[in-house]
Amino acid sequence: MREIMIVTRENLINLILASLLLAVPFAADAFGQPFYITLATRIAILALAATGLNLALGLGGLVSFGHAAFFGIGGYVAGILAAHAFSGDPLVFGLPGSKQMWVIWIVALILSGLVGLAIGAISLRTSGVYFIMITLAFAQMVYYFAISWPAYGGEDGLSILVRNQFPGVNTMRPLTFFLICYVILLLALALFALIRASRFGTALQAARQNEVRVATVGIQPYRIRLTGFAISAAVTGLAGALFADLNRFVSPSMLSWHMSGELIVLIILGGTGRLFGPLAGAALYVIFEYALGGLTERWQFFLGLILLVVVLFARGGLLGLLAGKARHG
Amino acid sequence: MTLALALEQLLNGLQLGVMLFLMAAGLTLIFGVMGLINLAHGSLYMVGAFACATVAAWTGSFWIGLIASLIAAAAAGAIVELVVIRRLYDRDHLDQVLATFALILMFSEGTRWLFGSFPLYLDIPPLLQGAVALPGGTEYPVYRLAIILAGAIVAFGLYLLISRTRLGMRIRAGESDREMIGALGVDIRTLYTVVFALGAALAGLAGAMVGALQSVQVGMGEPVLILAFVVIVIGGIGSIKGALLGALLVGVTDTMGRFLLPKILALFVAPAQAGMIGGAAASMLIYIVMAVILAVKPRGLFPAAHA
Repeated sequence: MREIMIVTRENLINLILASLLLAVPFAADAFGQPFYITLATRIAILALAATGLNLALGLGGLVSFGHAAFFGIGGYVAGILAAHAFSGDPLVFGLPGSKQMWVIWIVALILSGLVGLAIGAISLRTSGVYFIMITLAFAQMVYYFAISWPAYGGEDGLSILVRNQFPGVNTMRPLTFFLICYVILLLALALFALIRASRFGTALQAARQNEVRVATVGIQPYRIRLTGFAISAAVTGLAGALFADLNRFVSPSMLSWHMSGELIVLIILGGTGRLFGPLAGAALYVIFEYALGGLTERWQFFLGLILLVVVLFARGGLLGLLAGKARHG
Repeated sequence: MTLALALEQLLNGLQLGVMLFLMAAGLTLIFGVMGLINLAHGSLYMVGAFACATVAAWTGSFWIGLIASLIAAAAAGAIVELVVIRRLYDRDHLDQVLATFALILMFSEGTRWLFGSFPLYLDIPPLLQGAVALPGGTEYPVYRLAIILAGAIVAFGLYLLISRTRLGMRIRAGESDREMIGALGVDIRTLYTVVFALGAALAGLAGAMVGALQSVQVGMGEPVLILAFVVIVIGGIGSIKGALLGALLVGVTDTMGRFLLPKILALFVAPAQAGMIGGAAASMLIYIVMAVILAVKPRGLFPAAHA
């Protein structure tokens, strides 16, 4: 924890980023521009999803190309629970659905964490390029399942008629929903910082840097990685539940491999393994998408071009550019 | 009747397997020789299909289109290798994934820019239209049989190329020791470009051949790309033999699963439910097969020596 207390250029930039993300929706609310609140909420949620991935990818060096699976599972948890609460049909074992966000969040965390545990248990037996492809393949498996299972909309997706509720506040108000997402994002960032500084986080990073040495001192890299992967999956799943509530819609596209790719892109754009890398990346990505999308219909082409340039020539991402090299690899 | 249907499905599975092999062979070759994971391989497949459809529409000949698809995909591959890919060989897999992901975005959007959002259509050449009778009474399209045959010929040709020619020798040498063959005076950079273009041409050929069965559209390469990944993971990354067996296994398992699972389930549960569960299970089947194989052999059926 100590290192985030010190005033460094990176911490200063992080503070500015976090304040800006908070300030913009308030300003937008004051000027009656709810669209920008939605944009900021999108940034917060994508940053949350990428923070989850950053645990596996940034700390553990586990290049998961299948995190869309967890993102989508979280989304479907929100959609399915809300649908059952709406229709009154029991879900499983006679349990009803729910419109309460906190219930949905807990279910999303647990379910995506468990799926992460299962996928991780098999995938982590491999490494390198095999790991990338296997996580991709598992995510595709979930994707095709969602498409071919007609009960919850199949290919067409599932609408959430009314945004789910949180005790004491009106979640339909854009600013309120933004604040919920923002607080969760901050909590997740705090969790990331805690894990990074903990004994567990140190072992996870050490397993990335030198697996043999970690094994030699008596730590099993497999277990450490599996735990890290499951936590990472749970956080991304939570983000998925919020994303479904933001759009009030969940569809298989949340599970698609483009989504997995985007999550990695967010981290790289921001700066790999950095605490605020996902937030910087998500902000940059959403702003690109919005700005380029306003200029040209072909924005994806230019997004690809920018991404290519970043990967080839600016490897530290936005934070690398602004705050200098990361202090430890 | 059911047996004839099963035979038809088996042939469909073989045809899918052959297509997957053309994709997987390039992927696995590129990974084996250069250690590069190329997500943009599906884009080269798309380039092949678009080139074939466009040229066939201009000239009225599928065959000229087919040649054009080989040239276009190989050229696109070579250009991409020279401009982008060559900077990625000594990067980690994460950078390779991202850069080639970026290439997909550019290829897809670029193709949409040039050709519009509407799919193109490619007719089956007159020579290969029609159907032949299968034992059991059903008819099977000649074109699909031709694809299976073409795939078999390419697989054999690739085997000859790699095991009998000087280029093949260099490719094998590149797989086992990159630095050494550079030290022995082989122009490794040119070799890389050639291998990449060769893989691209195979993908382009696959795209062109499938283009006559489906519509030619942006994004057509992506489902095939992911199946090809499953194939090379099952077969062992870097192994052409593994790619062939993996491709046939995946092609046949996927097709037969979609055909048989609902029928088998129908013996136990109501038909409507059997269709639903069977359909969902069948779409996951190859991934389950992959998971089982990897649980037993984490580096695939035929692990390459160094990968």
